[in-house]
Amino acid sequence: MSTALLIEQILNGLQFGVMLFLMAAGLTLIFGVMGLINLAHGSLYMIGAFACAAVAAATGSFWLGLVASLAAAAAAGALVELVVIRRLYDRDHLDQVLATFALILIFSEGTRWLFGSFPLYLDIPSALSGAVQLPGGGRYPLYRLTIIGVGIAVAVGLYLLISKTRLGMRIRAGESDREMIAALGVDIRTLYTVVFALGAALAGLAGALVGALQSVQVGMGEPVLILAFVVIVIGGIGSIKGALVGAILVGLVDTLGRFLLPKLFAAFMGPAQGATAGAAIASMLIYIVMALILAFRPKGLFAANA
Amino acid sequence: MSLLEISGLESFYGASQALFGVNLRVAEGEVVALMGRNGMGKTTTIGSVIGLVRPRNGAIRLSGKDVAGMQPHRIARLGVGLVPEGRRCFPNLTVHENLVAAARPGVWTLARINELFPRLEERRDQYANTLSGGEQQMLAVSRALMTNPKLLILDEATEGLAPVIRQDIWAAIRRLKAEGQSILVVDKTLSELLPVADRCFVLEKGRTVFSGRPNELTADLQDRYLGV
Repeated sequence: MSTALLIEQILNGLQFGVMLFLMAAGLTLIFGVMGLINLAHGSLYMIGAFACAAVAAATGSFWLGLVASLAAAAAAGALVELVVIRRLYDRDHLDQVLATFALILIFSEGTRWLFGSFPLYLDIPSALSGAVQLPGGGRYPLYRLTIIGVGIAVAVGLYLLISKTRLGMRIRAGESDREMIAALGVDIRTLYTVVFALGAALAGLAGALVGALQSVQVGMGEPVLILAFVVIVIGGIGSIKGALVGAILVGLVDTLGRFLLPKLFAAFMGPAQGATAGAAIASMLIYIVMALILAFRPKGLFAANA
Repeated sequence: MSLLEISGLESFYGASQALFGVNLRVAEGEVVALMGRNGMGKTTTIGSVIGLVRPRNGAIRLSGKDVAGMQPHRIARLGVGLVPEGRRCFPNLTVHENLVAAARPGVWTLARINELFPRLEERRDQYANTLSGGEQQMLAVSRALMTNPKLLILDEATEGLAPVIRQDIWAAIRRLKAEGQSILVVDKTLSELLPVADRCFVLEKGRTVFSGRPNELTADLQDRYLGV
């Protein structure tokens, strides 16, 4: 096993992690601030990917597609919040799950109706199509490095937004006492719409960025949604910092587990059996990690200070 | 025209009726005491004014505008600043953040708050949940003042505070009064409340049963409506 390969796998894990972070950040904000379980978050990811692919195909520009993905996902998020979600805040979680599950079906069928069942493909923009020399002799795609960079930039931006701006203070205040912040003159309903649209835009961004790595198709959001829920449970619901740490942890553990465990088991079980056993454990690994973390920190790593 | 005028207010708390006809008036620049034993409807009255409880009947007018049934943030922006029972500072925000999160421009600025309660300046970057009860009450009062309300409402202004801190809060209320701030205040310490009040309203079982000047609230009446 060469160092170059290990570094490459670590970078893959990071890239996967920051992509999960973009999903989980919105999900944890919506869950933490409004107490809403939004299963349709994966649909917003899909909408971002489709908007990017469609606009990029029509205009020839990935960058216009990226802007379209943000706009489409934020608009879809705001619309869904105004029409459906707003009625769910005071309902229990089961109602929320049912209603947002219905939204998944509506969005999936709607997308199939508009774009058909065949996957769309999105090309990596030419400016980011090369590879970068890694220490140890390997090469790594520039585009994946860029995703890592975007994820870090979003994390810093969100941190500043939440901790330094008045909007962020109001979001946190609403998290701890929604009635009180309203009684002080803050329009909590509009605030919720803004938070929801922001979370949706981040999911859309993740969808667009990943769309250039894999095919853009109906149902692409749900597997990611499940992982994003794992991330926010590990990180502590409502915590952006927790979402970042949880996402990187899940990304690295999953990627490195799939890479290293088969080799490890092969060392003492023989290559064939070892590879099978290693792969089986690797696919369970993030859930094992989640269970362990919850056993010791039932509220997650960075439970919100409330 | 009164700043706040409540007439014939009836409100429900869930399915059960809590207010059966509350009448109350606060004129510009007045300090008004809202009194009554526990469970007689003081907090529900305040909740109805700010819109947290939806009134069923009657009128609530702020500077002549009927606000009954309006959303809380709209009522607050018309000039009502609430210091709720139990203080309800945002625990996960610092003192500074509690003050500026919902602030609206006006005569009250951070500098003036720091002068009113120098302690808060010392605690500027501490989270609100690390403050003592008295400091939290100072913060809750300041947070409401930072929205520059025409009417400041204090529910249980000094409940559960150490005697020294109570004096600080009453001193602040007297100072606000001297500056012309209109205040509606609920408190159980009659010895402090009556001297500062211009007018008193007493609630019993959700109805206004007395209104008048503090000196008209005789020992006999106090015993009947407020004694334990």
